[in-house]
Amino acid sequence: MPEIYAPSPAGDKPKIGNAGAAKKAATGAYVPGDVSPNRRVQRRYSIRLWSIRHSRLLEWFYARFAQAFLLLHPLWNAIGYSRVEAPVTFVERRVKGMLFDCRMCGQCILSSTGMSCPMNCPKQLRNGPCGGVRADGNCEVEPDMPCVWVKAWEGSRNMVKGDAILNVQRPVNQSLRETSSWLRVTAEAAARRQASEGAAP
Amino acid sequence: MSPDIHPTDLGAPLEPLPGHASRGRLERVLRRGEFAVTAELNPPDSANPQDVYDRAAVFDGWVDGINAVDASGANCHMSSVGICALLTRMGYAPIMQIACRDKNRIAIQGDVLGASAMGVQNILCLTGDGVQAGDQPGAKPVFDLDSMSLLETVRTMRDEAKFLSGRKLTSPPNVFLGAAINPFAPPYDFRPYRLAKKIAAGAQFVQSQYCFDVPMFRDYMAKVRDLGLHEKCFILVGVGPLASAKTARWIRSNVPGIHIPDSIIARLEGAQDQKREGKQLCIDVINEVKEIQGVSGIHVMAYRQEEYVAEIVHESGVLKGRKPWKHEPNPTDATVSERLEEIRQGKEENQQDMADIAASKPH
Repeated sequence: MPEIYAPSPAGDKPKIGNAGAAKKAATGAYVPGDVSPNRRVQRRYSIRLWSIRHSRLLEWFYARFAQAFLLLHPLWNAIGYSRVEAPVTFVERRVKGMLFDCRMCGQCILSSTGMSCPMNCPKQLRNGPCGGVRADGNCEVEPDMPCVWVKAWEGSRNMVKGDAILNVQRPVNQSLRETSSWLRVTAEAAARRQASEGAAP
Repeated sequence: MSPDIHPTDLGAPLEPLPGHASRGRLERVLRRGEFAVTAELNPPDSANPQDVYDRAAVFDGWVDGINAVDASGANCHMSSVGICALLTRMGYAPIMQIACRDKNRIAIQGDVLGASAMGVQNILCLTGDGVQAGDQPGAKPVFDLDSMSLLETVRTMRDEAKFLSGRKLTSPPNVFLGAAINPFAPPYDFRPYRLAKKIAAGAQFVQSQYCFDVPMFRDYMAKVRDLGLHEKCFILVGVGPLASAKTARWIRSNVPGIHIPDSIIARLEGAQDQKREGKQLCIDVINEVKEIQGVSGIHVMAYRQEEYVAEIVHESGVLKGRKPWKHEPNPTDATVSERLEEIRQGKEENQQDMADIAASKPH
């Protein structure tokens, strides 16, 4: 048998965290040699948690930011939304990646989830916590990570429009992954504005 | 004769009633206001249909629905679709569980249609445990939908007769839709709102996680009643016997989402016969929760102790003398067995003889 199918050497001390997974790995289930069964044990989550604590500030800021983006609609239109997509996506990925550990699902619902990105949930739940949340409020799958939805509930309580967390969200459209949510929201708002202006007079 | 039996074909779906989503017994029992009992079938690790029949037979005459679990705890077993196919064949009323962990929206919608075609009347929509909890932690977690969007998807299929994509269905799956609740995990104050969300998404009944902490459940139900949710959905409380204090400790630290207070473990530890005490504890919990306003039934999860379900249900007296449907010989079974007997005895149709008979007796 090739070496890679061998369980990690018996002398290896199981890494901190999900001991169950380490034990299972030793039973012969295929696990790549040097990979910790706990995928992101080194993460600290501090910036993500800061964002959730300051969800109200970020909510206020985003409202202004979205307005500004909408004001720039003629500019985006002039350059062409498809041409501006790549640079905006680049910036969006960096900014939201730092603040929220954004996964670029392309259909951001941070405003409805207390500024806690639901795509960081190992089950990618977009409608609330699963039943497996640990008593200390940590994740079932990653025992060192605070449950994304426990934090989302806390964050939403600070927000003005926090009750949006009670709305049922539609499933993720996987074909929009890696695209800019900012531009989509702007384009949709512009289209809505145009439609209402067209209907009003 | 019980109103939950089809007059001519005992195993067949019942006549549709006004205001009912499905043609199943469980919905009828709940809507009549009777205390419902459901149980969980331990799925076999085998390809032998007899294993499923044997495991279902212990519930005969004691439960209104049998949950066919979908790889619970992310452990591989016979699929819930397969179990439901076998159970409906024998005339049982299965509650098919669908977990979002293993299938994407294309597979799930196909399974819903297939299940309904087989005669499944109840579908329970779950998110599913993470793959790390099971025997194959290296599997790819799918989670294309979540329990909420799954509920909405099946409701759309049933009520609007179309797929998630909008494509039309020629005949919609008429199923009674269920979901799961866990009042015993944080964030505690969000949990009642989450139930409200599930109801908004289409849940008509819910089954809860194991309830060992009755005071905590009572608080949850108080909040649920404040929101008026108990009038929009039937709430079944999950209960089950613990085999011993050691098992209880193991479950507490290894199975996600199950909350067992220290007092329960202390009570088990102090008992002479821990298994018996575990069963008594389960009966005590049932007797307490059945009095809580808004509780419509119980869901008995007696993992590897399924033979005690009948005893637990009997001793708690929740059925109040009512006899849930029991698997009985089906009138058409007689025809089938007669035919099988003929084949066994070697009686065959000889085509030459048949042609002679036809020739000598022209119409």
